[in-house]
Amino acid sequence: MTTFPAVSAAGALAIRSENLSRHYRMGETLIRAVDGVSLEIRPGEFVALLGTSGSGKSSVLNLIAGLDRPTCGSVVVQDRDLAKLSREELAKYRLHVVGMVFQSFNLIATMTLAENVELPLRFAEVDRGRREPLAHEALERVGLGARVNHRPSELSGGEQQRAALARALINRPKLLLADEPTGNLDSHTGTEIMDLVREFNQQLGMTVVMVTHERALAERYAQRMIILADGKLVDDRPNNPGASHSSGRGGQS
Amino acid sequence: MKLPDLTELALRNLRESLLRNSLTTIGISVGVASLVAMLSLGTGLQQLFSRRLAKSGLFDTVIVSSRREIRGMGREDRSGPAPGESRILDEPARQEIERLPNVLEAYPDIRFVTELRYEDKPHLTMISALPASAKSNDGFEGMQGNFFSSETSAEAILQKSFAEELLGRTPALGATEPNVADLAKPLLGKELTMRYAQRVPAPAQAVPLRPIEASSPDDNLAGASYSVISRELKLKIVGVSDLDPESMRGPMRAKVFLPLKLTESLHVMQPTDLREIAHTIDEPVYSSLSVRVKNPAQIQGIEDAIKKMGFNTFSILDASRSLQQVFRVLFAFLGIFGSLALTVASIGIVNTLVMAILERRREIGIMKAIGASDADIKKLFFAEAGAMGILGGIVGVVLGWAIGQVINFGTNIYLKSQSVPPEHFWAVPLWLVGFAILFAFLVSLISGLYPAGRAAKLDPVQALRYE
Repeated sequence: MTTFPAVSAAGALAIRSENLSRHYRMGETLIRAVDGVSLEIRPGEFVALLGTSGSGKSSVLNLIAGLDRPTCGSVVVQDRDLAKLSREELAKYRLHVVGMVFQSFNLIATMTLAENVELPLRFAEVDRGRREPLAHEALERVGLGARVNHRPSELSGGEQQRAALARALINRPKLLLADEPTGNLDSHTGTEIMDLVREFNQQLGMTVVMVTHERALAERYAQRMIILADGKLVDDRPNNPGASHSSGRGGQS
Repeated sequence: MKLPDLTELALRNLRESLLRNSLTTIGISVGVASLVAMLSLGTGLQQLFSRRLAKSGLFDTVIVSSRREIRGMGREDRSGPAPGESRILDEPARQEIERLPNVLEAYPDIRFVTELRYEDKPHLTMISALPASAKSNDGFEGMQGNFFSSETSAEAILQKSFAEELLGRTPALGATEPNVADLAKPLLGKELTMRYAQRVPAPAQAVPLRPIEASSPDDNLAGASYSVISRELKLKIVGVSDLDPESMRGPMRAKVFLPLKLTESLHVMQPTDLREIAHTIDEPVYSSLSVRVKNPAQIQGIEDAIKKMGFNTFSILDASRSLQQVFRVLFAFLGIFGSLALTVASIGIVNTLVMAILERRREIGIMKAIGASDADIKKLFFAEAGAMGILGGIVGVVLGWAIGQVINFGTNIYLKSQSVPPEHFWAVPLWLVGFAILFAFLVSLISGLYPAGRAAKLDPVQALRYE
């Protein structure tokens, strides 16, 4: 399998997977959702995982996120071999190393935005007094400073995704994992969210792995595109987002 | 997650499905209420019996009887010396007992049945002697009139039911409790004539039985045997007591009380005298002595010391010991029945929490995705179970207390209709409040065990896929 520019900087990889596989058994049939994927991602990279639905891109993301465990192979993130971590250690890893955003925003409906955003801080046992300013700061950053006490149902999809981004940011993780972040948004709002993601990538130096099936979106924002089909890595190539044909905001920052 | 955060989140989650969680909590309340009701009934009954025992004045009293006496008070102590070697309960023995450390006094228990005339009508009743110390006894708190002016004065205190009898009032069924003050008014200061049989040391020849007007019998006669003389004594009624004639106090079942020294000097023929016929009359032999102790805590030691001297003893300890046994069993039974409802309620908790897991599957998935550990999720469900337990416990205690009050009230209405004095069957002591809430909390935590474990094991990928 071909690997691209990252190889030279092997010692300082953000993510490295080797022969990563995740198989499910569905009745009699064995489903190879992820089937021997090896890849290396350097710190600060903005990578898009592309593929049709069922290609295994979300499964790879879940494995990197530590939400799932590989059937075989390994995935090492920030020097942690996730397959070897205990459930407790995986939870700590998700808490401190990874920030996640989802297609369906996944905010807790019964909590206000501020409470949603500070929830990871509760799990991290951050003092009550420090949590609120941090949550407000994160919400300010995504432009929701005025809506801290609203519930998710009172907000638009774009605003909910911004809040989800603020929550992903709150523990200052090294890695932002986005699973179809614009899938439930119109293109204009989607662009706004993607601009924010790029801002995190460039200003905070977060490594971004984004799962999407929209090639155009990947081309506009990602520095590298990894294409999956049937659980296998079929293409891995660099992309110059600045050179995108689009006249959108993609090229401005 | 820290406890305040857990509590806050748990309460928030409980509020979110208010109806379901309220119903579950009410279930716990009913369980706790039944437990509290049962145990308060047990406690109340125990306290009622303890009060009865305390009223008996036996708390600081040991009753001493000779082992020779076949009909001893209470249980015979068979570990002691055989009846043959046992001592006679005479004056030297009394003095010896009185010299024991921590003994206030040892006085003979004198009682006899005799005839009293009031306004020329004879009344047969039991008379008992009271030491001066009985004045401070709580049994005489509700007395009308005064206590004896001296240990030797010819005065009598009446038990209220005897006062009723003297006044010719028979308590009608359903009538209210007689007012002691009303009874005392016409009687205080009036005169009673007591006819009694005096035991007189005498030469062998018989003394004719004839009434003698005597207020201070002469007992200087000496002799190995005695004869019996019928005498009369005028007594002034100085008080009417509301003392319960059924109480276990020394003057058990007695309805008229006389000063101890006076009674002793009368040498009234007592039923036990027949058996002590061999003894000289100068040396009084007592059927039983009441020994008062300085401090109820010292009763056991004094009882042991007296037993060593060769006498039988009986005290509140013996009575309360067997009573405690009975109450321990009663408590266990009431507790088991009371806990049944709580057990049912705990199944309700399991049900509610399992439902909550199904409903909040996605939420649990989100929490795990953003970094919640299995322990965090487990603790959250435990906190919800525990919060329901504590809330249910508090409401249940209040409910149980209210049920108790209602039943107590109802029972007393019935008792009143049966002309029995009202009683307190119900007691919710502080320990029971604490215990009930703690118990509800623990039962809830145990109920939360399975749901919490299940929630913690939820696969986040599956949970998030679930739409």
